Amino acid sequence: MWTFIVRRLLQSVIVILGVTLISFISLQMGGDPTFLFVSERASEEEIQMIREALGFDKPLYIQYLTYLMNVAQGDFGNSLSYRQPAMGIVLGALPATIELTLFSMFLAISLAIPFGVFAALYRGTAVDGGIMTLAMFGQSIPSFWMGIMMILFFGLYLSWFPISGHVPFLKPLFQGDFVTAFGNLPSSIYHLMMPAVAVGFYSLSRNARLVRSSMLEVLGQDYVRTARSKGISERAVVINHALRNAWLPVVTMIGLEFGFLLGGVVVIETVFSWPGIGRLVFNAINQRDISVVQASVIVLSVIFIALNLIVDLIYVRIDPRVKL
Amino acid sequence: MTEQTDAFVLQPHTGSRFRREFGRGARSMVAAKWPILALLILLVVLVVAIFGPAIAPMDPNRQNIMLRLAAPMADGPNDQIFLMGSDALGRDAFSRLLYGARVSLLVGVAAILVGGTLGVSAGLVSGYFGGWIDDVLMRLGDIQLAFPFILLAIMFLVVLGPGLFNLILVLGIGQWVTYARIVRAQTLSLREKEFVEAARAMGDSTASIIFRTILPNIVAPLTVIASFNVASVILAEAALSFLGLGVPAEVPTWGSMLAQSRDQLIANKWWLAIFPGLAIVFTVLSFNIMGDWLRDFLDPRLKERS
Repeated sequence: MWTFIVRRLLQSVIVILGVTLISFISLQMGGDPTFLFVSERASEEEIQMIREALGFDKPLYIQYLTYLMNVAQGDFGNSLSYRQPAMGIVLGALPATIELTLFSMFLAISLAIPFGVFAALYRGTAVDGGIMTLAMFGQSIPSFWMGIMMILFFGLYLSWFPISGHVPFLKPLFQGDFVTAFGNLPSSIYHLMMPAVAVGFYSLSRNARLVRSSMLEVLGQDYVRTARSKGISERAVVINHALRNAWLPVVTMIGLEFGFLLGGVVVIETVFSWPGIGRLVFNAINQRDISVVQASVIVLSVIFIALNLIVDLIYVRIDPRVKL
Repeated sequence: MTEQTDAFVLQPHTGSRFRREFGRGARSMVAAKWPILALLILLVVLVVAIFGPAIAPMDPNRQNIMLRLAAPMADGPNDQIFLMGSDALGRDAFSRLLYGARVSLLVGVAAILVGGTLGVSAGLVSGYFGGWIDDVLMRLGDIQLAFPFILLAIMFLVVLGPGLFNLILVLGIGQWVTYARIVRAQTLSLREKEFVEAARAMGDSTASIIFRTILPNIVAPLTVIASFNVASVILAEAALSFLGLGVPAEVPTWGSMLAQSRDQLIANKWWLAIFPGLAIVFTVLSFNIMGDWLRDFLDPRLKERS
């Protein structure tokens, strides 16, 4: 067990090093990276000064080591447009992004399991057909278009949900202000609804299909037949015997799913003007604010890697067949 | 001697066998119904992508400030009508939609070719030779998968600058790991098979064994992956174009049309958002349906579970 945890931790460290290397290479790919950090009107002397200040005149391996040291300390340099450390800006936007990611994950998984189970139990019927058609569409709809359609229909036409706005929940929670946090919760969820459904619909569809096929496989197994023949109620067979095994592939996918959702969240935030990292990245792209883009990408990657690690460790706990 | 070699090498594409397989495929497609519809949609998209300029009623970049944000079927210039309305600059949305098919399809297919070539080569080398090169390539793949792809794409495109070539390159590189893993697994098992052993005993060169003996036998699963992959690359291209990281602004794409529609949402100019979105959905849906069908067709064992 411990060797597995240590090996997995080491693996994560290597991956994070890989991520920093990739982001460093991406900086160098466009030629002299100095030009990414100066405004277009900068004079030749200014450019030279910034080049030296940022160390871009040094050999590449020294540049990478310096870059690595700075990244380790959370120093990505100042944002060009905000004139503040990029890391601070990114961390400020992080809670809103986490709220959206977690909530859409919650929606996707909590709906995918019943959908998949019902489709499997009523295989070949209209229920199955309906759910699977919906899931097929769900895997083909771009999340941002889904968001736009929801704004048009549920936001503007029916006026059921707000089309933008964010009520913070995690931020006051982290600051220890529980009264505000939980007072905000209903309104937070109300505002989260549309963006979370838009992002989560793809994952919901993919996982519903996954649960269904894994359920179908499990339902044909001997132990399910044995359980039935013992006279256990169908409900108990499905929940205690079949589902317990059928949802393991879903758990394996959850880690990867987070990465997918984080990517979707980055795009959907611009649709709903959600004040998270995605909107920050979008604005930074338009202003070519490299420090903010790099800080955002690395922060999100580290979160993703950490989540994957946690999911893997949990998996070992819930699937006793995994021998270490 | 050569005749004997040929007897050992699998020959997947002899004429009559191909015709038989084709007939079987067509029948299975008709039986499944949906793949026929998907194929038709894809043919339409292909025709539009190739002949778009000839079909498009107007120049997709011709601005008509006087006729901006016209509703669908409204009168356009020169006794023409705006079939799908006009955008904020008075450009014909229908013509832009037709031109947009080019970029989506081109990027989708080209990125798969780039990613597929990289991934298949890496997988063949990894699986056939093993050892340190296998370790290096597979760990590299692990690192890349540990990184949400869209973030990787954003980071590279911000630095490299948007553009068709960069877009294809980044989306292609994003796909190689999937191919590499599958090809590696297949190569590992094929490497030990008798017919590969035979080719080796006959003194075939390593290159010949890899490309002429092993590769033809892993083409089938690759077509399934490629089909699903085109779908996800088209979605990714749309997302990147939506973020302003796609092709230059003057080239119409479905993603960038949606990005521009966002500013008109409050004014309820719904047609600018609906049509490009539907174009993406139906194209991607068709590729997904084809992928599903191909998988069941090539590996009927899986069908029992679906």
